[in-house]
Amino acid sequence: MKYLDEYRDPDLARVLLNELRTVATRPWTLMEVCGGQTHTIVRQGIDELLPAGIRMIHGPGCPVCVTPLETLDRAMAIAARPDTIFTSFGDMLRVPGSETDLLSLKARGADVRVVYSPMDAVLLAQQRPDRQVVFLAVGFETTAPANAMAVLHAEALGLSNFSVLVSHVLVPPGMTAILESAACEVQAFLAAGHVCTVMGWTEYEPLAAAYHVPIVVTGFEPLDLLEGILMAVRQLEEGRSVVENQYVRAVHRTGNAAAQEAIRRVFRVTDRAWRGIGTIGASGLSLAGEYAAFDAEIRFDVGRLSTVEHPDCIAGEILTGAKVPTDCAAYGAACTPRSPLGAPMVSSEGTCAAYFNAGRLRTNVPMAGEALR
Amino acid sequence: MTALDPSAGTCPMPLGETERVLLGHGSGGQLSAELIGDLLVPALGRAAPPGPLEDAAVFTVGDTDLAISTDAYVVSPIFFAGGDIGSLAVHGTVNDLAMRAAMPLALTVAYVIEEGFALADLRRIAASVGAAACAAGVAVVTADTKVVGRGAADGIFVVSTGVGRRLPGTAPSAAAAAPGDVVLLSGPIGCHGTTVLSAREGLGFDTDIASDTQPLHRLVEAMVAAGGTAVHSLRDPTRGGLASALNEIARDSHVGVEVQERALPVPAAVQAACELLGLDPAQVANEGCLVAFVAPDRADAVLAAMRSRPEGRHAVRIGTATDKDPGRVVVLTAVGSRRVLDMLVGEQLPRIC
Repeated sequence: MKYLDEYRDPDLARVLLNELRTVATRPWTLMEVCGGQTHTIVRQGIDELLPAGIRMIHGPGCPVCVTPLETLDRAMAIAARPDTIFTSFGDMLRVPGSETDLLSLKARGADVRVVYSPMDAVLLAQQRPDRQVVFLAVGFETTAPANAMAVLHAEALGLSNFSVLVSHVLVPPGMTAILESAACEVQAFLAAGHVCTVMGWTEYEPLAAAYHVPIVVTGFEPLDLLEGILMAVRQLEEGRSVVENQYVRAVHRTGNAAAQEAIRRVFRVTDRAWRGIGTIGASGLSLAGEYAAFDAEIRFDVGRLSTVEHPDCIAGEILTGAKVPTDCAAYGAACTPRSPLGAPMVSSEGTCAAYFNAGRLRTNVPMAGEALR
Repeated sequence: MTALDPSAGTCPMPLGETERVLLGHGSGGQLSAELIGDLLVPALGRAAPPGPLEDAAVFTVGDTDLAISTDAYVVSPIFFAGGDIGSLAVHGTVNDLAMRAAMPLALTVAYVIEEGFALADLRRIAASVGAAACAAGVAVVTADTKVVGRGAADGIFVVSTGVGRRLPGTAPSAAAAAPGDVVLLSGPIGCHGTTVLSAREGLGFDTDIASDTQPLHRLVEAMVAAGGTAVHSLRDPTRGGLASALNEIARDSHVGVEVQERALPVPAAVQAACELLGLDPAQVANEGCLVAFVAPDRADAVLAAMRSRPEGRHAVRIGTATDKDPGRVVVLTAVGSRRVLDMLVGEQLPRIC
C-alpha cells in the first residue's frame, strides 16, 4: 500500500540498521516523544534490533496518559448527568479515573458515545437540541486544530447545547521539563512528527541550542523511526545539536498556518497538570475568554472533586522515561489492560500497554533481534 | 492483586466495572472468555460441555457423528456492503458447523423484532435468509418469531441453530493442532469488521471493501478430501479476528504459533481503515475465511485444494505451530523482530490521533 509498504521494507530496515552499527561508536540514550512512535517501536520490536548501547526511552507523548485525573473525574461527573450526551475519542473510555471509567459509566446508563471527529459531536448537538452534548478535547497540538474548528463551527451555528471539556497539552514545555529534571538521561529527541505537521519545528530550535540536544522530527513507520534514530545518532557522534527533519513527506519548518491560526483564535496557553508528572507552567491550552460559553468546565458545576491515584502506579516515572514498565512491580500482575491501574496501560500508545500487548514480561529476557543476526 | 476492599468508600483502586455486563464482554476477546469461563459454563454444573469450547459441539447418534451450533446475530447496521443480518445468520452457523468438518443438514431461525420495524426491511432480511440457505444447500426446518416493545431491541436480532453431519473419518478440533503443523489462511482478513464499522459509524470511507460473509463448508469439504485427518484444526476468525482464533488454538492444543506478518493478506482498504482508526487487522472480525492447522506432509495438497475453490482462491500459508512457548502466538514483524500477538481485551477502541 502506498506510503505504508515502502516504510516497512525489511531490506531497507537492514540497510539502516547496518549503517547505524557503523555510525554508532559508543552508547547513546534517545527519547521518542510521541506515544505513536512508542507503539511502532515496541510493536515492531525496533528497540531490540538496535546496536548494543543505543537505548530508546519512551516519552510522555501519549495524550491518554497525561490527561490529568481531575479532568477525567470531571468528565465522568458530567457524563453521569441525565441531560448529557458525553462524546470522546475511543481510547479515553477505558482510562481509570479515581473511581470508575467512562465505559463502566456507560454500562450503568450514562449516554457516552465514541466519535471519530469533534465535528461529529457538533453534528450530534445540532440533531439533539434537547440534550447537552459535551466533547472531551484532549491531546497535543495534533488534535487541537480540529477541536478549535469544532468550537468555531458550533459558534457559527449558534449552538447553545455544545461544549468542550478542554485539557490540551503542548510538547515543547514537556520536553523542557524532562531536560530540566535532575535525572534526565536523554541525549537526543525524536520529535513527534504529527505535532510538527501542525506546528512546524521552529519552536524546537531554541531547545536544541540551549540544551545541546539533537532533535529529529520523525515519522511513525518502522523505517521512519530507524532513519530518525540514525540521524540523531549521527548528530551525537559528530557533536552537533540542531533540529533536523526526517518526516519530510509531511512536515515543513513553519507547519500548517491555518491550523495554528485556529488554535490561536480559540485557545490560550495555560499552566497544565500532566498526569503522573505534575504541573508544568505554560504547557497546556484552555479555551480563550471569548469562547468561555463553550467551556464545559464552566457550564457544569460538578462540585468539588477529590482525586486519588493508585499508590502502586509509577506512571510519572514511566512517562518521563525514568523507568520502563517491566521495572514496575504492578506491571502484568495487578495492572493489565483488563484492569489498568494507570493510564499508560490503557491506550495502545501508552508505554505499558504497548509493552504488555507485545508480550514483554517482567521476568522475560527480551526476544532480541535474532532474525537479523 | 493488591488486597483492597472494593466496598470501602475511599478505595483508591480504579475499580472498573465488575457488577455489570460491558459491551466488551461481547467482543470475542479476553472479557468474553472470562464471562464464558467464569460465569456461564460453571453455572451449568454437570450439564456443562466436556473438553475445550469449540465452534460447534459434536455428538454421536448411532454410527453418525452430528455437530450442533447456535449463534445470535445482533449486527448493526443490519444491512451492509456484502450482506445483511439474514445472510450472516445462515453463514455464521453453517461455518461454525464446518469448523468441525460437519456439512449442514438443517437450520432453525428465530427473529426477535422491535415494534415499529419496517416490514420492507423484514421482507428483505427473510428473503436474504432464504437465498443464503438455498445457496448453502441447507433447509430452514423451523423458526420462531417474537415482537418486543419499542426500545426493547435494536431493530431486529436473529438467532440460528444448525445441525450438521460430520464428514467420515475426520475430527478437526481446536485442541488437535500439533507442533510442525502448517498454518493456512483461506483469504484476506479484516473485510467484514471494517465494512460494518465504517457503515455503523458513518465514517464515509470511500472504499470498495465489502463484508466477506460466505459459507465455508464446501471449502472444508475440499480440504478434508485433500488432507483427511491431516487437517488438525479449523477455526473461522469471527469476533476477535485472527488473533483470537490463533490464540484459542494455541491454548487448547498447547502449541506455540509463529506467524509471518508479511504473509498476512490484508487488503489495502482494510489496512488504510485500520491505520486511521488505530485498529489491528488481526483483531478485526471476519465472516468468510478460516484458519487451518495442517500436518506438514499434507499442507501443500490442502493449500492447493483451498485455492481450487472460489472461497479459498487467495489462500496462503501464514506460519507454523511449534513446541516453543505453548499457548503463545508470536508474529515475525515486517522489520525482522518478534512480538507476541495477544487477544483483544475488550472492545476495539479507536485511538485519539
